[in-house]
Amino acid sequence: MRAELSKGQTGWSLGRLFKGNIRQYGMFIALLLIMLLFQILTDGILLKPINITNLILQNSYILILAIGMLLVIITGHIDLSVGSVAAFVGAMSAIMIVEWQMHFVPAMLLSLLMGALIGAWQGFWVAYVRIPSFIVTLAGMLLFRGLTLIVLEGQSISGYPRAFQKMSAGFIPDIPGDYGFHMVTLLAGVAVSLILIFFEWKGRMTQQRYGFDVLPLPLFIGKLAILLVIINLFTYVLASYAGIPNILVMLFLLIVIYTFFMRKTIMGRHIYALGGNEKAAALSGVKTKKMTFWVFVNMGVLAALAGLVFAARLGAATPKAGVNFELDAIAACFIGGASATGGVGTVIGAIVGGLVMGVMNNGMSLVGLGIDWQQGIKGLVLLLAVAFDLYNKNKTA
Amino acid sequence: MADILLEMRGITKTFPGVKALSDVNLQVKEGEIHALMGENGAGKSTLMKVLSGVYPHGSYSGDILFKGKACEFRDIKDSEELGIVIIHQELALIPQLSIAENIFLGNERASRGVINWNDTIVKTRELLQTVGLHEQPDTVVSTIGVGKQQLVEIAKALSKKVKLLILDEPTAALNEEDSENLLNLMLSFKQQGITCILISHKLNEITKVADSITILRDGQTIETLDMKKDSINEDRIIKGMVGRDLTHRYPEREPKIGPVFFQVKDWTVHHPAQQERKVVDGVNLQIRRGEIVGIAGLMGAGRTELAMSIFGRAYGGRISGQLFKDGKEVIFRNVSQAIEDGIAYVTEDRKHYGLILMDDIKRNTTLANLGKISKSLVVNDNQEVVEAENFRRKLAIKTPSILQKTGNLSGGNQQKVVLSKWIFTDPDLLILDEPTRGIDVGAKYEIYTIINQLADSGKGILMISSELPELLGMCDRIYVMSEGRFTGEVLRKDATQEVLMKWMTKGKGAGVK
Repeated sequence: MRAELSKGQTGWSLGRLFKGNIRQYGMFIALLLIMLLFQILTDGILLKPINITNLILQNSYILILAIGMLLVIITGHIDLSVGSVAAFVGAMSAIMIVEWQMHFVPAMLLSLLMGALIGAWQGFWVAYVRIPSFIVTLAGMLLFRGLTLIVLEGQSISGYPRAFQKMSAGFIPDIPGDYGFHMVTLLAGVAVSLILIFFEWKGRMTQQRYGFDVLPLPLFIGKLAILLVIINLFTYVLASYAGIPNILVMLFLLIVIYTFFMRKTIMGRHIYALGGNEKAAALSGVKTKKMTFWVFVNMGVLAALAGLVFAARLGAATPKAGVNFELDAIAACFIGGASATGGVGTVIGAIVGGLVMGVMNNGMSLVGLGIDWQQGIKGLVLLLAVAFDLYNKNKTA
Repeated sequence: MADILLEMRGITKTFPGVKALSDVNLQVKEGEIHALMGENGAGKSTLMKVLSGVYPHGSYSGDILFKGKACEFRDIKDSEELGIVIIHQELALIPQLSIAENIFLGNERASRGVINWNDTIVKTRELLQTVGLHEQPDTVVSTIGVGKQQLVEIAKALSKKVKLLILDEPTAALNEEDSENLLNLMLSFKQQGITCILISHKLNEITKVADSITILRDGQTIETLDMKKDSINEDRIIKGMVGRDLTHRYPEREPKIGPVFFQVKDWTVHHPAQQERKVVDGVNLQIRRGEIVGIAGLMGAGRTELAMSIFGRAYGGRISGQLFKDGKEVIFRNVSQAIEDGIAYVTEDRKHYGLILMDDIKRNTTLANLGKISKSLVVNDNQEVVEAENFRRKLAIKTPSILQKTGNLSGGNQQKVVLSKWIFTDPDLLILDEPTRGIDVGAKYEIYTIINQLADSGKGILMISSELPELLGMCDRIYVMSEGRFTGEVLRKDATQEVLMKWMTKGKGAGVK
């Protein structure tokens, strides 16, 4: 029995590796295929440095929302209000910064706090009064859209300071001199590569110390090499235009922090457990109400951040900001493999899901498809992605 | 010699990677009660799903002959048309609908799509009379107890002109009294010429009502026993099921009982919604280290409610009374405090309250005590694998890997994962609520062994069970609960089923003297 088991575990092969991780890699592969498709259809425009940079800028706020939404969906809830909350907070920031002439840093902090309070308000109804989140956030969607219209009096406010707008439209500084490339960007790629190598190697050493089976060395190096090539190609492309956008740095940090939080911390585990089986989690000592409440607070903060990013990108707060953002964020999570019943999903998955939507939007626009066709095709992709995911789940179960 | 009503010949059914049934034969005579037995995973439910058309013709090989005619069922409707009705282990009633609506669901008394309610009510009354259920047809199903719901299911089956009634673990969720009623009902059906196939783990029920028994093991027919001819006793059946003699159903144990370490004083719990109703009423109990203490009682006696209210007020409102651990009073405001103070509660219904079915064994094992494998709130995955592997080996959880989803495990292995989870919290007191429900004989023995080891390592065990032989076989001392009160306390040497039953059915006004 034991011999058989250990044989099973050491029997690594590329096929097995792929099979075991198809759920994880499936969406990556889908994303790559979609990119390839549009690269061909657009005669190579898609992967041009300027377009890649655009893609990041265009989708940043949806990706920020998708991270928060993922946590909400893992707990088995939904948040329909994020688009309206983003609009409302954007509007309030414009009032504070433009009309009241407040410095943008305290104004941003106040905006995030406002997001937290809105999240707490909705979290209270969902977690403690136990009103279904669909209803609470549907109400929130109407409420905060209404408030946005009220505070903006139906008008747009523009005239943010340049420094604020740089958050969404600026790039990280470069060292002086003309090298033909954005040098700091290239160096950042190398730095991230080194950090990645360090952590991967350290993880491998720890696993060996515990006596676990690890990937055979050639496979390990192969996997790492692929990752390094992707990272450095990416920074190379960015470096040949204007470098890394500021917003990408923020996104990168959010992704790293939330991935770590969900995968490695006790609270992350508790969120998964709560979504998987609330009653069992409660009887295992998980404070289910408190966790649900804080997940909504977190969503509120991220919605506020998305609102600021969007306002900064547009250079204005408008009453129509954030319309349908919630749907894009929710779609990103589900395309990325989250389960509608809760308990399943990853931050990376949601990001990949968001990118699938983003690349499709961008690619279809480049090809010259009308917004009507774009909507329809995106709907079908969402449906097919979830169907594919379910099919895989049933096959591996 | 009675006629053969049903014959299943050479049934083989494979799932991807698993042969669930291999060349299974089953012969059921007209008008008999035929028991189908076997350990969990032996293939009983699969066989019945083949019979009822859940797995359509073509997805298995072999023949089904009903009244001598070959049948090829495409779905359940086909088999029901011939009068083959299956009642599943998990009740298939819709809780928000009335009894009458449930009985005629999918089979409505209607003309041209419009339901004739008068006719429905009259027919429902007749059916309820037959099964001996005294409820109004318009009573909503969720408001009646499990035992009565089971009767509604049977009434529903009868409404379909049933010839062959298949009952899958009908008494698993019932107390002794309701089980008794149900078995008597089956015997009366027999007089009316209805043939029954009964799937059950409860040997005493089988020996009481069955005319013949077919035993399955590992997807194969082992033997068919005729209860009248052969001299069949429970041990003989067990031998057929597990393929070996189980001389003792309960492992031997020399109790090493220490001092009292946990006490409950004047514990009273009210119903969370109906604040004036006492669910637990002035209960006093004490547990010694190394002692296995049982709580006997009928369904609704308040045993689970007592356990859950002690476990960090996971149940109930307006709780009063005191808890003492190691002589000091302890107050648990929530579940995590109770866990921290060394209390563990292994829930009754592992699928709904015990496990995160979509998560793997590893994550379920560590969930209740993640702090143990974490440093400043960060979980050490590697340590987690070590701990989970450790439990897999110690408790002999049968699984290819600890990364297996718990939803894919058999009942016995699921229960072992739940036990792992709670042992991992290093408890001093383990409350076990129906620890062997729905688990086959072999796995039960393993669970008992684990419980004994826990007791021998100095932990106190409080065990709630509806199976009296289990309490008698395992416990050093048994409290008896009835209508929220403790009505008796019996030591192992004085305990018999009769004594326990007497206290269990004792109404209000009696207390522990």
